[in-house]
Parts: sequence; C-alpha cells; structure tokens
Amino acid sequence: MALTDSGKTGVTGPTRASIEARTLRSDRWWLAPLTTFVVFTAFVIYATIRAFMGRDYYASPYLSPFYSPCLGDCVEGASDFGQPFQAFPLSAALLILIFPLGFRMTCYYYRKAYYRAFWLSPPACAVAEPHSAYSGESRLPLILQNIHRYFWYAAVLVGAVLTFDVFLAFRAMPAEYAVGDGETSGIHMGLGTLLMIINVVFIWLYTLSCHSCRHVVGGRLRHFSKHPVRYKLWTWVSRLNTSHGRWAWYSLFSVAIVDLYIFLLAAGTIQDVRFF
Amino acid sequence: MGYDLKMRVWRGDIDGGDLADYTVEVSEGEVVLDALHRLQATQAGDLAIRWNCKAGKCGSCSAEINGRPRLLCMTRLSDFDESETITVTPMRSFPVIRDLVTDVSYNYEKAKELPGIALGPRDADGKRRMAQIDVERGQEFRKCIECFLCQNTCHVVRDHEDNKPAFAGPRFFLRYAELDMHPLDTHDRRELAQGAAGLGMCNITKCCTEVCPENIQITDNAIIPMKERVADRKYDPLVWLGNKIGLRNKDYEGRTEV
Repeated sequence: MALTDSGKTGVTGPTRASIEARTLRSDRWWLAPLTTFVVFTAFVIYATIRAFMGRDYYASPYLSPFYSPCLGDCVEGASDFGQPFQAFPLSAALLILIFPLGFRMTCYYYRKAYYRAFWLSPPACAVAEPHSAYSGESRLPLILQNIHRYFWYAAVLVGAVLTFDVFLAFRAMPAEYAVGDGETSGIHMGLGTLLMIINVVFIWLYTLSCHSCRHVVGGRLRHFSKHPVRYKLWTWVSRLNTSHGRWAWYSLFSVAIVDLYIFLLAAGTIQDVRFF
Repeated sequence: MGYDLKMRVWRGDIDGGDLADYTVEVSEGEVVLDALHRLQATQAGDLAIRWNCKAGKCGSCSAEINGRPRLLCMTRLSDFDESETITVTPMRSFPVIRDLVTDVSYNYEKAKELPGIALGPRDADGKRRMAQIDVERGQEFRKCIECFLCQNTCHVVRDHEDNKPAFAGPRFFLRYAELDMHPLDTHDRRELAQGAAGLGMCNITKCCTEVCPENIQITDNAIIPMKERVADRKYDPLVWLGNKIGLRNKDYEGRTEV
C-alpha cells in the first residue's frame, strides 16, 4: 500500500494521487523565474561594482542615484546635503544604498520574484519545490520582512532627494561640456536630465504603489466611510498598486541606466547629448 | 467540426494508480468536462469525477489540466491545439479518493477553526447599519466559490504535508481579511491569523491569485493587508509606542482579541 512509502512527502506523498513527476506542466513555466534570476543577478553585480568603485559618480550637474545624497568624502559639487560622514573610509554609496536596497529586498513584489527565482520556493505554480522543510516568513531571519514599512518611510525620503537632484540636473554645465559658441550659463537640459526625470517618475510610481503605503494611507482602516480623504488616497494608491511589479522592474532598469550614463560621462567615455 | 482529442486521465485510488490514455470525440465549443463526460459515457463508465453546475459557480470540478490547477468546466478545449494531448489529474495537494475525486475535508477542518462574525449591539431602532463603501469592500472576497484551487496550489501545504495542521491557507486568509475589515465585527483576529492560522508561513508567491477562477486578488487584497495588520499588532514599535502614550488607532476600539 502506498501509505508505507513514508520517505516521500508533498505531491509524491503517501495519500496523494500516485504521480512521480514533480509537475505535469507542459508550458514554459521556467522562463519567468529564469529571466528574473538573470536580470536580478546582473543588476546586483553591476550595482555592487558601482557602489564599491567610489568614483565616476558625478558629472556636473548630474549625480548618480547610487550616490545620492552623497554624505561621505565625495567629489566637489556632489554633496548637496553636506558631508557628515566624511570620515567613512569606504565608498559613499554604501552609506545610502542600504535604504533602497532594504526597501526592495523586503518589498512584497520582489519577495515573490526572488523566492521563486532564487530559492525555488516554489519555482512556479504547481511545480514542486526542492526543499524538504518550510517555515516561510514565520521565523528569523525572514520574519524581519515585517519591517518593510520602515524602509518605505526611508524610500520616501530617498525619492525626495532624487527629485531634488532632477532640479539640479537643469543647472548650467561646466565649460568643458559646452556646445556651440560655448555658452554655459543659465539652465540646460541634456539627455542626462531626461533620463533622471524618467527615473524619478518610475521611482515615485514604485514607492507610492507599495503595499505598505497602501496600508498606511487607508488600508488599515475598518471604516472607509469615516475617513473619506484617506479612502480617496487609498483608491489612488490601490490603482497604482495593481502595477507594483511593473514599476519595480521599470525603476530597476531606469536607476541602472542613469548611473551608467553618468558613469560614462564622468569617465570621459561619452559626451552629454545637450538639448538646450 | 468535431475531432478526436487525445487525453491522459489519472485512474486509481489511494493504493496507487496511473495515467491512462484515451481518444475521445469532441466538438467545437466544448470544455474539458464535456470531454470527460463523453469518455465516461462511451469508454470508462466507472470514471469518478466530482461536478455539479458546469458554469464555474459551484467549485466542484477542480482538477489539474496539463499540470495547472483549473476548473474542468471552465477550461475550453479551444485553448489547446487539436493535436495536443490533454492530461487531467486530480488535485495533488489532497488525499485522493478515486480517479479525479479528492478528499478536501482539510479545508472544512480549517473553516471550523475560524471564529465566525460576532456583531455588536444593534442601534436604538433595532437595526444595524453599514455605509455602502464599507459593504463594497468585502464583496470581492465573497465571490469565492470554494473550489479550493488556491489551497491546492499553495506550496506551503502542497509540498509540505506536515504544514497542514499549522496553516489555514489562502481561502481562509481571505475570510480573515474580510472579517478584520468588517466595521461591525467585534473580534480582533490579527493574533489568531498570525498564530493558529499560520499567516507568517505564506511567502506571497501569488500562486493562489494566479489560479483563482473568480480572479479574486487574494494576495494583494487579502493576504498582504492581513500581514500588514499583523505587523501593526506585533512588529511595529511606533504603533506600540502610540498605544503606550494614548495615541490609539481608534479603529480597533471595542474589539476583543480571539
């Protein structure tokens, strides 16, 4: 009798329909987790290298989002909020990246994505996972995912700083970037400014569509009818929230592209495309 | 236009079984349940299938088609290529009884563990009142037809039989959320949801939402809001501090913890 087969568990367990295959899915269920794995790994490698580089993050007037606000021992012109951590011996990016990194690591969308792609728990729906035991987010360290809301508070501040950076990106460029007759005064707009605008829009869409934001603005209420303003806010955030995963991806790409563009500018590899 | 559909159907019981091959004549516009009924009528008279409404509303005909948890009556044959072999098995998270029929009593045991609504006193005129927007909030959750496809696809119990005693599953997190958001309920279910129901075991990989035939946003609208409510109750020092100094969230006033 199958009940004697006590070594097996899950879908091949003793009371279940006896089917050896871990999944009978015939579609390309592996494509989504594989894509997530490749893209996230590439981003983590790129971001780690750039964060530890500690150089080529400022090409006036553009400051890389990985280094904003630049609170360590930064190059001249990059620190718009002072340098309170000037004595910090490592790259200034490490001081600030912990906040957006923590926000994304504890994000409900990213959790789904990396639990599936990196931990295979499960790799896809109705595909058996390889682990023999499972306790989810009920124990340390994963119980710490519950602090997501605090990273959201920090992410709002980071979003505000990046918005400020966009305004600064309209500043006049220094003489070496001048085009035409060499005019460098007044405001300017270049491809860098445009990329930073797109990035900050995606960052805000991602930050404001967060599930913790949805909870804080109104989701925690029991009586929508007693809080009409918060109810209205909740409906707006709920609408954004349906695309939270999309904003997570778009903002991941946009932040990397802005950093790469500024890196290439600062390293002298390319010149800014200037609109006016 | 009819054609011959190749099918593999799991036949057996708790002592064992296997996929059996059949060829069934089907017609345009039919669903997988139609093909199985024809198979039952013409070739396999003892084939066991649980079904009832044939309209996606009773939640009886849950099974797995080509490895995906779906309702037999809501899966159109036109979704597949005519040359494709369609594999039908019972739900793989529950004990099999025979052929495509499983024992879903796990879900009814979990339902019993969930305290029902406890309404407060009536208004002076003997009525109870809720504003329309508060009524509407719970309507999505009430679309649940209890097909248990979400329970079946949830890897917490699908891949770990030993988690069943400690985990209520997505269908019941839906109910926890509905009641916790209900303005007239006097129970505070956050502790229970996190403790006895095992909300913390869910790692929000959203398979329940993917398979829901009613398109209920189980993860985004029920499980994550419940997780956030539990975080309010247990893991948020600001909420704790607010309670200590008298800045209470008035929404939970008059509620008793169960």
